[in-house]
Amino acid sequence: MSSGAAKNKRVGLVCGGVVAAMIGLAYASVPLYDLFCKVTGFGGTTQRAEMAPGAQSDRTIIVRFNADISDSLNWRFKPVSREITVKLGEEKLAFFEATNLGTKASMGTAVFNVTPQKVGGYFSKIQCFCFEEQTLQPGQTMDFPVSFFIDPEIFDERNLDDVKTITLSYTFFPAKDATASDTTASLAQDLRERR
Amino acid sequence: MAYADSAHGHEDHHNHTPGFFVRWFLSTNHKDIGTLYLVFSVIAALIGGGFSMWMRTELMHPGVSTMTLADGAPDGHLWNVVVTAHGLIMVFFVVMPALIGGFGNWIVPMMIGAPDMAFPRMNNISFWLLVPAFLLLLGSAVVGGGAGTGWTIYPPLSAAGPGGHANMAVDMAIFALHLAGASSILGAVNFITTIFNMRAPGMTLHRMPLFVWSMLVTAFLLLLAVPVLGGAITMLLTDRNFGTSFFSPAGGGDPILFQHLFWFFGHPEVYIMILPAFGIVSHVISTFSRKPVFGYLAMAYAMVAIGFVGFIVWAHHMYTVGLDVNTRAYFTAATMVIAVPTGVKIFSWIATMWGGSITFETPMLWAIGFIFLFTLGGVTGVVLANAGVDLSLHDTYYVVAHFHYVLSLGALFGIFCGMYYWLGKMSGRQYPEWAGKIHFWTTFIGVNVIFFPQHFLGLQGMPRRIIDYAPEFAGWNYVSSMGAFMTGLSSLFFIGMLIWTLAKGRRVGDNYWGEGATTLEWTVSSPPPFHTFEEQPTIKEEQAH
Repeated sequence: MSSGAAKNKRVGLVCGGVVAAMIGLAYASVPLYDLFCKVTGFGGTTQRAEMAPGAQSDRTIIVRFNADISDSLNWRFKPVSREITVKLGEEKLAFFEATNLGTKASMGTAVFNVTPQKVGGYFSKIQCFCFEEQTLQPGQTMDFPVSFFIDPEIFDERNLDDVKTITLSYTFFPAKDATASDTTASLAQDLRERR
Repeated sequence: MAYADSAHGHEDHHNHTPGFFVRWFLSTNHKDIGTLYLVFSVIAALIGGGFSMWMRTELMHPGVSTMTLADGAPDGHLWNVVVTAHGLIMVFFVVMPALIGGFGNWIVPMMIGAPDMAFPRMNNISFWLLVPAFLLLLGSAVVGGGAGTGWTIYPPLSAAGPGGHANMAVDMAIFALHLAGASSILGAVNFITTIFNMRAPGMTLHRMPLFVWSMLVTAFLLLLAVPVLGGAITMLLTDRNFGTSFFSPAGGGDPILFQHLFWFFGHPEVYIMILPAFGIVSHVISTFSRKPVFGYLAMAYAMVAIGFVGFIVWAHHMYTVGLDVNTRAYFTAATMVIAVPTGVKIFSWIATMWGGSITFETPMLWAIGFIFLFTLGGVTGVVLANAGVDLSLHDTYYVVAHFHYVLSLGALFGIFCGMYYWLGKMSGRQYPEWAGKIHFWTTFIGVNVIFFPQHFLGLQGMPRRIIDYAPEFAGWNYVSSMGAFMTGLSSLFFIGMLIWTLAKGRRVGDNYWGEGATTLEWTVSSPPPFHTFEEQPTIKEEQAH
């Protein structure tokens, strides 16, 4: 029977290993899912690029802007213009205006996506205020810039032929950690000069 | 064995059982632990069933009558709490303990000719983890207003932030699931080890009874699926209490990820609940048709296939989260593939009956009822598998009707089927046949009256998980509630009959079902001696399954 007990122990331990591996896999799914979204644009995750290829086609798409704010951040946040029309591959700059309505400086970070979600892989940002945390002094109003382009490859994707309008959406949440980056103003300046 | 030696200091004999406390609280005997699981499941079923009676009472008429706040306003949160408690109790504390812990523990070692489970003391802790888990879950329904998250505990509703659950209730529910999950995983390890290592000589995997096959597949599903739930709810717990943001967009997390993790567990979970019932039904159909089961190998591998495919279809529960059309096409196709091995099983059961010398004792009625209801639920499942159709039926009563046909009626009919089939074996006393038939017919009619009209309500757009409904839905809701009360009375009748049988039922011999019952548990007395198969039998081919 002792060999039977040893055999049981072996199978039991293998099963225990499987359980541990599955728990590990559950945790590994967090970075993997994040990576998967970034790579494939799943869930409307936008892409990052160094520069735009320049207008490649006369086909245009309307890009609308949406701005939301978390209940726990006392800011006002809205797009400066509701929508703009862009040519495929053409770099465009848009601004969002944020005002700190509170009496203390506060820091926010914006999460974003595009709808329809299937265009996430074709919507590329070059510069964005959402890449960093933003700080606003009490009463301060600031224009946050985003420069982006729509990948001309969208033209070749039949699944996206119906896309005439893309909505770029931001939601500001209070930033979790306290290290502020105050680069927004200079970033905006940069971008204005480049135009 | 060990406890008999220490408690009494002499060799144990057949049927020499330890004292009450040692026997039931420190039990390492697979039959006693199986009994504990079954008793636990019956008690939990009364509570979970009580919640459903309350829900049907509330839904009987439009307007809110029983679940109100002090000022008479509808208490939607209370409704959510009751729905949540009903779902979690039925899944984790009724169906799983009865089918896996109860019949699995009782019957699997006897069917493979093993003296006990591989790890008897781990078996004990598997059961006793379930008790605090159940108490925690009941606590989660009353502490701090209760957890009203649904059994799916999706964040942000289950998170601590605005619009979520700030108090302890959800934490208690999470801990309840942790304990129940640990219990299931330990049980699964035990079953896998027992089935792999302790089969009687000559019982190869391909001669193993189908119920044992079903438990083996179930155990593997538990082993692979439950840890993922454990991981997901632990992340939820740290999100709620320790400032992580796995599922909180404010910190860069994604609530949709929770849905993926939950359903990666949740879809195999529904097979965990139904596969053991498949196993039981196979034996019952074969016994009362007095024929070996048709297509034995196909039946076994159909379960393996269902188990495997069950892991790659999870997102059909989340068609509405904004999946890409290609993703939805994949999940639609993969989901429909499940109908193939399931069809193999259904047709093999029918082919087993074909040309058989059929008698309709109560277990056979439950088995045929199971096939009928499970097929009906499966058909609506194929409807819902279509992403395009599901977009309009998602979260309606059509879905409620679908999963109650496969679970409440499928798994539950499987439990009753096993109960009537093995009650005489387990207790040594047989239920009165007329009472079993009354119980079957009242339940069969009752559950159909509850759930069939819910298809109509769902198709008309009645949303689930809402305390009230538009007056247009009043008629079928009234009918549905009537069915619920009929089923409730029928269940009380069953409890009474069960108690009567255990006390006064007719005594039965080893194999009271006769020539059709060929598996090893029918070769021992009823009830079996405390220890069975300490000398393992040798299985020849013609005896198998």
